[in-house]
Amino acid sequence: MKPVNQKAWLLVLPVLLIVAFSAVIPLMTVVNYSVQDSFGNNQFFWNGVGWFAELLDPKSDLGSRFYDSLWRNLAFSAIILAIEIPLGILVALSMPREGWTVSATLVLMALPLLIPWNVVGTIWQIFARGDIGLFGAAVNGLGIDYNYVANPVAAWVTIIVMDVWHWTSLVALLCYAGLKSIPDAYYQAARIDGASRWAVFRTIQLPKMNRVLLIAVLLRFMDSFMIYTEPFVVTGGGPGNSTTFLSIELVKLALGQFDLGKAAALSIVYNLIILAVCWVFYTVMTTADARADSDAGRA
Amino acid sequence: MARITLDKLAHSYKPDPQGPQDYALREVDHVWRQGGAYALLGPSGCGKTTLLNIISGLVVPTRGRILFDDKDVTQLPTEARNIAQVFQFPVVYDTMTVRENLAFPLKNRGVPKAQIEARVAEIAGLLDLTSALDRKASRLGADAKQKISLGRGLVRPDVAAILFDEPLTVIDPHLKWQLRSMLKELHRKLDITMIYVTHDQTEALTFADTVVVMHDGGVVQTGTPEELFQHPAHTFVGHFIGSPGMNVLPCKVEGAQASLAGQAIALARHYPALAGKVELGIRPEYATLAPRGAGLPVRITRIDDIGRARIARVELDGLKLAASVPEGASFDGDQAALALQAGQIHIYSDGHLVKGDALPGGQP
Repeated sequence: MKPVNQKAWLLVLPVLLIVAFSAVIPLMTVVNYSVQDSFGNNQFFWNGVGWFAELLDPKSDLGSRFYDSLWRNLAFSAIILAIEIPLGILVALSMPREGWTVSATLVLMALPLLIPWNVVGTIWQIFARGDIGLFGAAVNGLGIDYNYVANPVAAWVTIIVMDVWHWTSLVALLCYAGLKSIPDAYYQAARIDGASRWAVFRTIQLPKMNRVLLIAVLLRFMDSFMIYTEPFVVTGGGPGNSTTFLSIELVKLALGQFDLGKAAALSIVYNLIILAVCWVFYTVMTTADARADSDAGRA
Repeated sequence: MARITLDKLAHSYKPDPQGPQDYALREVDHVWRQGGAYALLGPSGCGKTTLLNIISGLVVPTRGRILFDDKDVTQLPTEARNIAQVFQFPVVYDTMTVRENLAFPLKNRGVPKAQIEARVAEIAGLLDLTSALDRKASRLGADAKQKISLGRGLVRPDVAAILFDEPLTVIDPHLKWQLRSMLKELHRKLDITMIYVTHDQTEALTFADTVVVMHDGGVVQTGTPEELFQHPAHTFVGHFIGSPGMNVLPCKVEGAQASLAGQAIALARHYPALAGKVELGIRPEYATLAPRGAGLPVRITRIDDIGRARIARVELDGLKLAASVPEGASFDGDQAALALQAGQIHIYSDGHLVKGDALPGGQP
């Protein structure tokens, strides 16, 4: 047996304390709320798994609100991934590979990423207005009836276009990094082998971008699944409930209605969904890594 | 199958080259015989990869022409030439099996399926890859990957030449020998021109029938390994080939006599009056050290045993040179006599070999 130095626990203590105050205690508070019903005057009553049962029951009021916003959220994530990933790849492929234009392009691409969420929301809220916004007025000028305050489709289009504008460059920059790591010899060999442009993409570029693409999908999924600020600023979840995503629903429950128990139950379920997705991605990525490592080990 | 002719080829990576210093490749004229095994030997940055890339069409030369037989291909893109190239780092298509990798160039050229299968099987047999055909190419070792790169060239029946750009750099030493002898064997079996770029003289001299030595953007000598060793046309070739390289010492030459550090040395040939920097070159193999006797008085600084021979580092009045030590010779103290074989002494003027005239009645 190796000698065990118990003093090591002292070194872990500061981290434990910080994590306790920043994560464990707040989380436990939420768990505590989720199993109780609260009234004014700080009166709490035990409710067991009541809120959870109601939340997961699609026929209840709370349940239908939860499922509606969950589907909205999943649809939103699916749509922006379906747009941003191919578009990001396309942008990365057309970015210059050498010369002074490289740094100029990189700076331009990074600009949207540097803008705070609520500023992006505000920009688009004004930009897309039918009366004074450049974008909104132009679309209306083309004869298309576009009003994101009244029309759910227009509201969705606005939020999706805004997200694509804000985050496609992240995907593009990640893909660009993947592309840059491909040695010239690969392209030269492909030319000698008579490969077409499409074959080069399929057999060289896409396989080499695999890992960064996985990261891009993960990041964009998590971010879009937790989206709050932009729709809150632009549409406030409306018109009606058409852009009320899970996070907005949660804030409505907790701060609008002050239903602490329901809100706590929702946030725990919300959290578990994100954890589950994270776990799936993590497993996929580590097995991919392990496969790549075993390849490298043999090489 | 083709003869490849380089006609006044020069290349600069600058858009507006001024003097010769701007050229990565100075004017080169050369004919690569169909079916020859060539090595392009030179230190890093001497322009050999540039030359290779011009032949394969990855780089278009600034000046000059390149002909395959009599067809001018200077402006033709790589895919339109019958050229294959194996790169320093093995290139395989990671997502494909070995079989798919080998079939790739044929598939891209629209060859019928049955023909592809037959050809892939044949080449895999030649390269000893048959058992690995259905494995993922990315899972194989560097040597097998390099074989696949080579196979993708060989699989094309019309390929005129295969270019190798330092292909053994990342291969383990014990596998280098295997791959190199496999290359030689393939060259004998298939009538394909092979051009092998390397900075390793052993690789070049063992692989090639003809070695092209490059230095500073130009070709300094072309010849058989034997010629390069016996008659280096340039002091650079003398230095670069041989281990240790040729001794090159500043001297004065008058007629058939050289004066080296004040000592007179008889030469086997008669030389005209030489301008510029005059140097005398002698390979350590032909400079023999004796404990005493006739020869130049030298001081021994070190004797190295390099396995098949012993090489002494000696000083002659401040000039450092290497000499061979005959078997069984032993030395007391550090003084010895150095004998130079007159027939093996070369005279260089500004780095270039001066032929000289045969002495009347003497040996050349």
